[in-house]
Amino acid sequence: MHTKNISELAAGLRAGEYSSVELTRHFLERIRRLDGGLNSFISVCEDAALAMARAADERLQRGGAGPLTGIPIAHKDIFCTQGLKTSCGSRMLDNFIAPYDATVVERLKRAGAVTLGKTNMDEFAMGSSNETSFYGPVRNPWDGDAVPGGSSGGSAAAVAARLTPAATGTDTGGSIRQPAALCGVTGLKPTYGRVSRYGMIAFASSLDQGGPMTASAADAALVLQAMAGFDERDSTSAEQPVPDYGAELEHDLAGLRIGLPREYFGEGLDAAVAESVEEAVGEYRRLGAEVVDISLPNTHLAVPAYYVVAPAECSSNLARFDGVRYGHRCEDPKNLEDLYKRSRAGGFGDEVKRRILIGTYALSAGYYDAYYLKAQRIRHLISDDFKHAFDRVDVIMGPTTPGTAFRIGERTDDPVSMYLSDIYTIAANLAGLPGISIPVAPVDGKPVGLQIIGNYFAEARLLNVAHKYQQVTDWHTKAPEGYL
Amino acid sequence: MSLDRADVEKIAHLARLEVEPDDMAAIAAELSNILELVEQMNAVDTEGVAPMAHPLHMVQRLRADEVTETNRREAFQAIAPQTEAGLYLVPKVIE
Repeated sequence: MHTKNISELAAGLRAGEYSSVELTRHFLERIRRLDGGLNSFISVCEDAALAMARAADERLQRGGAGPLTGIPIAHKDIFCTQGLKTSCGSRMLDNFIAPYDATVVERLKRAGAVTLGKTNMDEFAMGSSNETSFYGPVRNPWDGDAVPGGSSGGSAAAVAARLTPAATGTDTGGSIRQPAALCGVTGLKPTYGRVSRYGMIAFASSLDQGGPMTASAADAALVLQAMAGFDERDSTSAEQPVPDYGAELEHDLAGLRIGLPREYFGEGLDAAVAESVEEAVGEYRRLGAEVVDISLPNTHLAVPAYYVVAPAECSSNLARFDGVRYGHRCEDPKNLEDLYKRSRAGGFGDEVKRRILIGTYALSAGYYDAYYLKAQRIRHLISDDFKHAFDRVDVIMGPTTPGTAFRIGERTDDPVSMYLSDIYTIAANLAGLPGISIPVAPVDGKPVGLQIIGNYFAEARLLNVAHKYQQVTDWHTKAPEGYL
Repeated sequence: MSLDRADVEKIAHLARLEVEPDDMAAIAAELSNILELVEQMNAVDTEGVAPMAHPLHMVQRLRADEVTETNRREAFQAIAPQTEAGLYLVPKVIE
């Protein structure tokens, strides 16, 4: 059952080949047996999952079932799930049982999806390797010594190891696309505002966006369909109608104009990864697409601007963790200031503290113009680069990451080198554009991701472009040895 | 911009984060490295470029000032570190 795509699983449920309870037990059993070595889940909720599966089976019998009814899914532990621990990968929230559901969780429940559990992640989504999690690193199922990427590393590893047919992720600077690339799965970051942020623990509010992580683009279309849409509880939710993401999947790519930004193929890109990406672009040529060289001249400024905007917003968002209303509280506080300072020092890990400090500095009196305002101006330049590019092309393609999965521990002592692993993904967040990563030919047995960036609200186009490639190739069907 | 120990102490206080004295020097060095990366921005002239606050240039949506949520005090306080009589407890602030 774990090698089938979501449509096939849904058909099996309808044909009575298996029930949702059986399907759910199958994945729960895989998690029990295989996740010990991966650490991709922080919590597994067997009882709740089986209750949801029973309800789905009834609905399948009774009528009113949708394409996700009875299909298991895992949620990144950043999404609030009522009655279930929601840790955000942090000691700060190790004791936090969410009192409400995130909109994304609520919508997927309503669609009948069955929650298997909560996936591991970098603490508060701050990291590119899943090594900053309070619950320990996640291992890449393709290579146990390598990281799965981050911050949605648990979701990516779980989908890659076929421990769940689908998972949710969030992407602030590449946190869906980068781990999708390093684990060989399909990961879509929608347009800013497309998916509600309500109940998704905030990191950098002007950049954060939730999205699906699945084995294929067709599966991602089904999950996004349930996740997307306006939500009045999220003040930056886009009031835009949601198209039928499945309807355009099969559109012919003849005449599609693909832009290859020369800045994404320069210094720092692994030669074998470049070759793999170029081979995939060649496949698109054979599908009738036209390939054009373009330039995004301010690309090199994306990482510097991001490391002002994201920490600044993080320092402000994480001020809410004060040891008073929920979360970790220190022992025997002397006074209120001591309570704040020691609760926060004990609850947050090193990378989160580092970003809070940088952000606090960038926003402090006398530095605001030089850092935050400057970064917001640069953000405009980066956004304009894309605007000009989309006057000429329909989609932009390039590598998702400069290399394949790196070794656990390799970059933990050098935050700046870790930050540079998101060099190709950050610009889309700064501009608010949608992007997808799909697996292409691996290098030395390790997955490589092709990133496709589209114009605002062009998710249907991205899914179509990704799907057509997946129809003529089979990289997305490959699972790591030991997990098939 | 290179930060020293005194800078880190000041920032940590603003952020209400306790930092161990032994860690100050290492943190100052790490933060300075990040600032060095960030300051690559300074090579670009952004005179006349408007700051971009929202990717889609949307304005903040406002709702009517009406009660929409139900009172869930008990559920919310059940996860608090310390409460009494429906109030959150903190160390004494006023003597």
